[in-house]
Amino acid sequence: MNAPLRRLAVVVALLFASLLLSTSWIQYVGASSVAAGQGNVRQVYREFGRERGPIVTSDGQPVALSTEVGGDYQYLRQYPGGQVYAHATGFFSIVYGRTAIESVQNDVLAGTADSLFYSRIGQVLTGQDPAGGSVELTLDPVVQQAAWDALGEQRGAVVAIEPSTGRILALVSRPSFDPGSLASHDLGAVQEAWAALNADPDRPLENRAVAGRTYPPGSVFKIVTAAAAIEEGGLTPESQLPGPAELALPQTTATLPNVFGGPCGPGDLTTLADALRISCNTAFGQLGIDLGGDVLREQAEDFGFGTELTIPLRTAESTVPEGMDPPQSAQAAIGQFDVRVTPLQVAMVSAAVANDGVLMRPQLVRTVRGPDLQVVEDVQPEQLGRAVEQSTAEALTSMMVGVVEDGSGTAAQIDGVTVAGKTGTAQTGNETDPHAWFTSFAPADDPRVAVAVVVENGGSAGSEASGGRVAAPVARAVMQAVLDR
Amino acid sequence: MTTVVTALAPGTRRGFELLLVVLSVGISTAAYALVGLTLGGQLPARLVAVSGGLLGLGLLLHVVVRVVAPYADPVMIPIALLINGLGLVMIHRLDLAKDPVTSLAVRQLGFTALGVVTAAVVLVVLRDHRRLRARTYTAMVAGLVLLLLPLVPGIGRTVNGATIWIDLGVTTFQPAELGKIAVVVFFAGYLVVARDTLSLVGPKVLWLRLPRARDLGPILVAWVASVGILVFERDLGTSLLFFGIFVAMLYVATERVSWIVIGLGLFAGGCVVAWRLFSHVQRRVDVWLDPFDPERIEARGGSYQVVQALYGMADGGLLGTGLGRGSPEIVPFAESDFIVAALGEELGLAGLFGIFLLYAILVQRGIRTAIGVRDGFGKLLACGLSFAVAMQVFVVAGGVTRVIPLTGLTMPFLAYGGSSLLGSWVVVALLLRISDLARRPDLPETRPPSLPADDARTQALRPA
Repeated sequence: MNAPLRRLAVVVALLFASLLLSTSWIQYVGASSVAAGQGNVRQVYREFGRERGPIVTSDGQPVALSTEVGGDYQYLRQYPGGQVYAHATGFFSIVYGRTAIESVQNDVLAGTADSLFYSRIGQVLTGQDPAGGSVELTLDPVVQQAAWDALGEQRGAVVAIEPSTGRILALVSRPSFDPGSLASHDLGAVQEAWAALNADPDRPLENRAVAGRTYPPGSVFKIVTAAAAIEEGGLTPESQLPGPAELALPQTTATLPNVFGGPCGPGDLTTLADALRISCNTAFGQLGIDLGGDVLREQAEDFGFGTELTIPLRTAESTVPEGMDPPQSAQAAIGQFDVRVTPLQVAMVSAAVANDGVLMRPQLVRTVRGPDLQVVEDVQPEQLGRAVEQSTAEALTSMMVGVVEDGSGTAAQIDGVTVAGKTGTAQTGNETDPHAWFTSFAPADDPRVAVAVVVENGGSAGSEASGGRVAAPVARAVMQAVLDR
Repeated sequence: MTTVVTALAPGTRRGFELLLVVLSVGISTAAYALVGLTLGGQLPARLVAVSGGLLGLGLLLHVVVRVVAPYADPVMIPIALLINGLGLVMIHRLDLAKDPVTSLAVRQLGFTALGVVTAAVVLVVLRDHRRLRARTYTAMVAGLVLLLLPLVPGIGRTVNGATIWIDLGVTTFQPAELGKIAVVVFFAGYLVVARDTLSLVGPKVLWLRLPRARDLGPILVAWVASVGILVFERDLGTSLLFFGIFVAMLYVATERVSWIVIGLGLFAGGCVVAWRLFSHVQRRVDVWLDPFDPERIEARGGSYQVVQALYGMADGGLLGTGLGRGSPEIVPFAESDFIVAALGEELGLAGLFGIFLLYAILVQRGIRTAIGVRDGFGKLLACGLSFAVAMQVFVVAGGVTRVIPLTGLTMPFLAYGGSSLLGSWVVVALLLRISDLARRPDLPETRPPSLPADDARTQALRPA
């Protein structure tokens, strides 16, 4: 009977081998696909069972932090910054995952980042639960609050950048939401809040400032067109341009009128500086035709169009279409046709002009610290490239100063400070009111802040809206907040 | 049969066993301490009592073996003790995770004591396993009674759909755990007598020598009994276990592949019929094929338990979350049917491999004993008991890890449950007893003339 016994031993070995194979599959080879199944709460328990690091503003005040509350999910994520910081922090939800900084810096906040390797070794050796690192934002709470308040109940976004470093001082998108309502441990309430936010036609979850949607820039794009005219067309602010009341578009029967109805100067002539100051469509339309679409697009790309930046939030790409014919180029030159921008991109244009033509990478994170508060990553300012020559930047600055001094942007004037700016009123079609834009920087001779403001569909001013009237005061308040620091 | 038995390791190896006993209790103690440190921040209050108790039980069995079975296999007791200890630790860990905290581990420690003492008693009382051969038909009756007991109105209890419990007033008991041993004893006694008729006569078809129709009786009886358990007690695991053991022993006894073919054929037929007729079998198969179907997860009697166990194991990964750091309590019945998943989660793939390896070594020592022992009855008994352990581990762990549909048996020594522990320790006692004889140096006086070694081909012709 020994021979069959030996064969039986082989059968037993095969039985055990099948167990080793199945467990290897479940626990190693296919573990991640197994764990991705429906209703797996373990990962969530683990994430919520450890102390997650805080997100703080540039003065160290937490806008997101975890407090120990016990229960199945040990730690509750709270948002002292509330709606004001919601689009920067994002939310951290048991049910709906995470967004914004909570998402892109998750490994730091959760304490699992490679950069926290050494502090984690200490925790393992001492048997502590892994604790998260903290993320310090570049947002200045005073500027952020000023932007939030100035925008008020209007739909829109504000971005403020420190031109010399690219640090984002304010990032506001309204309407906003309370991240705490999505981070609650009351899962029923979370689901209700989520449903309400998604059903809201104003789309409060959308980060309008960097990635929610792209807008037609309207006349604020004339800064780019002017930059191309100086760099590629060899113009100066004093160069004479045609400025009729209406510009006949070649190859079509359509015309491009000025918003204010009349010509841009005596004898249908104007200068480049005056054309920008009063936002003359016909002069810039002609520039678009003369320069051509490709020149416009290349200049725009020098300002950062066409790239998806991570700040580290993912941003939407701002675009100028390729292969435009002359009438399209004319429209694009005044920020119409298919030119699309984010408020962040518009702020980058102003910031580059303010920074002598050098475009800095926009940054939302300043430092990353380990659980022991040691700095593990100090985000350094980084050049993205040169948008325009320094002389061009100076010319653009002087022209933008004219806009605020006695042009379409007087509402942005600040006592004792020279402000450079540009208005925009972007048509969105016949049915809806235009978007009001304003972008600016101050002080013009030693810029500390560059701002972009968009107010959707004219905000409280509705069809009467213009960038100068609706958006410029918001930009003014933000610049004032920086200058008062 | 050619009986060329290789010389076994000389000496009793009892010192080695003592060392391993201390080592296995040491591992369990360390694990127990770890659970206390992780979940309570301090060493468990009962650390000394629990590990001392476990060590005491191990030493008791060791001393008994030293006296009454000095040549017994030295690895079996430490392995059984270690698996039992790890099970205790996990049950204790799951106790702490519950709200309110339960004390199943304390009861399990009591069951362990009962099991070990029973094993010692078996070793003392049963000085020679060959005496069991005289009880072949007593064992058959005992086995049948134990198997059918849960069906008796008044004492039978249905728990979670399976009627496998009896109520003894003070406690409940799963008689099948002991019935399994009685049935193996019966099979061994029956087959050792019948093997020649079963193996030598019958028509030959192609390469298979088929048995005569009248010799098919026993396998049909075993099949009917298995199906009966499946149908009336709704106990898929036990029915699979019995039939598997029977076919394996039949094959070893007769050395004829035809029995395996017939056995598997009958089994497959039974499976198809059961699957078509019984909703509880269908549900298990559906859950096995696609547990992640959301509807199936939420359905009553659906795949929730399996899926949560899989998540736990996936979460544990290669090295596990560490004792006390996972969430094995999410899985219903984690301390009994799903203790494999709990250990997989917290000890990881590495830990589970270790545990499977312990079982594999235990089974392998059992089969080695079967090869080493000289009487046919002992061979079949050791083989049946070892294969029962292997089969039970495979059926349970295979069910949890989706190799086969989930059937509901307990992991020997590991899972919570008194009947299971008692049965498992008796199995080890019997294997120790047989191995004592198998490993004993070949001295004439150890082979009593009244019980000749069963290596005679003429047995079938011997008057009964």
